Amino acid sequence: MPGFFMPGESLVGAADNEIGYCFSTKQWRYSCCSFTTAVQTMTVAISIKDLSKTYANGFQALKGISLEVEQGDFFALLGPNGAGKSTTIGIISTLVNKTAGSVEVFGRNVDTHVYETKLDLGVVPQEVNFSQFEKVRDIVMTQAGYYGLPRKLAAERCEKYLKKLGLWEKRDERSRSLSGGMKRRLMIARALVHEPRLLILDEPTAGVDIELRRSMWEFLTDINKNGTTIILTTHYLEEAEQLCRNIAIIDEGKIIENTNMRELLAQLDTQVYILDTDGDAPDNFDLNLENASSEKTDEHCLEVTVSSGTHINDVFACFDKAGIKIKSMRSKSNRLEQLFMSRLKESQG
Amino acid sequence: MFSNHKFIAFETIVVREIRRFTRIWLQTIVPPAITIGLYFVIFGNLVGRRIGEMGGYQYMDFIIPGLIMMAVIQNSYSNVVSSFFSHKFQKSIEEVLVSPVPNYVILSGFIVGGMARGLAVGAIVTVMAIIFSDMEIQYPLITISVVLMTSIVFSLAGFINALFANSFDDISIIPTFVLTPLIYLGGVFYSSQLLPQFWQVVSKMNPIFYMVNTFRYGILGTSDVDITWAFMMLGVFIVILYSSCIFLLRKGTGLRS
Repeated sequence: MPGFFMPGESLVGAADNEIGYCFSTKQWRYSCCSFTTAVQTMTVAISIKDLSKTYANGFQALKGISLEVEQGDFFALLGPNGAGKSTTIGIISTLVNKTAGSVEVFGRNVDTHVYETKLDLGVVPQEVNFSQFEKVRDIVMTQAGYYGLPRKLAAERCEKYLKKLGLWEKRDERSRSLSGGMKRRLMIARALVHEPRLLILDEPTAGVDIELRRSMWEFLTDINKNGTTIILTTHYLEEAEQLCRNIAIIDEGKIIENTNMRELLAQLDTQVYILDTDGDAPDNFDLNLENASSEKTDEHCLEVTVSSGTHINDVFACFDKAGIKIKSMRSKSNRLEQLFMSRLKESQG
Repeated sequence: MFSNHKFIAFETIVVREIRRFTRIWLQTIVPPAITIGLYFVIFGNLVGRRIGEMGGYQYMDFIIPGLIMMAVIQNSYSNVVSSFFSHKFQKSIEEVLVSPVPNYVILSGFIVGGMARGLAVGAIVTVMAIIFSDMEIQYPLITISVVLMTSIVFSLAGFINALFANSFDDISIIPTFVLTPLIYLGGVFYSSQLLPQFWQVVSKMNPIFYMVNTFRYGILGTSDVDITWAFMMLGVFIVILYSSCIFLLRKGTGLRS
């Protein structure tokens, strides 16, 4: 019979390794001595050590990567296609067998505490992986059942997440009739139905229109604020820059960068801005600044290159002094994209 | 056996499996029932009248147990193999693999799903048999036990087939080239007493021969095989197949890279 976790995280009414309802987190959880201890002391959500994976065809997808993701973090795992991102996620979620190394989720080894770690994980894979013949509600309810959620609670959670993700009106439709964006949202609702402490999203916004992508960002930011640790892989670097606090870049099975997003962006040597002028842009305009230069790109546009340490105010002061009015300004390319490309170039020699 | 959350997971798999085959009842329930009904009409009624008696019974009465067993075997097997493979094919099997469901719960859920379809079709065929014959069950306990155990054996076999299958061809090869010949040569339509000595020995190497004959014993009270030996064999098959399934699931054969 299920028991109940009281505020001190002790379990009433169920034996070890049984499920219990935790009032403080409002979640169904397994009980075990190691778990209750872990909840109180653990700050690391995921700890990966020397993880390697060689596939049967000899392809070495991971070459001994090590990584830590803190509890409550919004973490970006970036890399080009075939870098090893999905393999890493596959190993964490036990869909891929590792060759060597270890993975711990909230302090528990995924090999030795397989069921407890799975209870803490929610996974949104890259490819659609639900039955195309089942109804939207049935897909989410079935997933809740796999996690042992009682039917009443499962129905409440199903309604909550389908509503939050704008799918409640579609609940009785077969999943194959959903649009691509709806299918992505359905996978997120399904991954959240057991309210995991760690959510792994493998390119969740791929092929999703910009409006929907931004609403998904808001949703993910909200659940992260509520305490869910999120690991995100994406090819949209703007998305990673917008959402994530920490970042790792993986290439050819190796981690080539693992740092705080702010620190990483601070490593940019130069930034290039496009300025739209009110009237004709001047030819060969000299900014008279040591670490900044400008170049006319067309009749009404200037491209300004500014080295780190130079204030944008100084650049604008120069334009102001010369009587040049600036209508608008934008970055020529995404900052993270610049860094991402430079790190990949360095890594690939 | 199950603690509560595991029971909910088990129940979820069973309900989903039953919902699947009842949703497509025109493909899963009706065709086998029609096929077996035609066997009753053509072999039992039309041809059977000219054959007369077989093993001391009217030919129709003789073939009824075999036809019911054939329906159970084919449907138990095909439900598990097609359902599990389609979950693999659509990758929806990942839903259950990432969740905290133990392998034995996954296996039990699919097996019970296979049994549900096998027994549902078996029940429909039995109702049809009652229309064609005044069938009376001599040993109900033996009849029910053997049909349940046979259904488990073929559900487990279907599960192994699905684990190794990489294409839809792979899930039809075993039923077409192995299962159907074994069923037809398993004494569904004839008594082994009619065969020459050599072929009687060959027949006894066919496990389905024991299942059909034990089921026939339960219904008619007559059999070509030793019932105790048949039950022992069924038990051994279940243990071996179940252990193999668990081993393959743990290893991730056909499921994990």
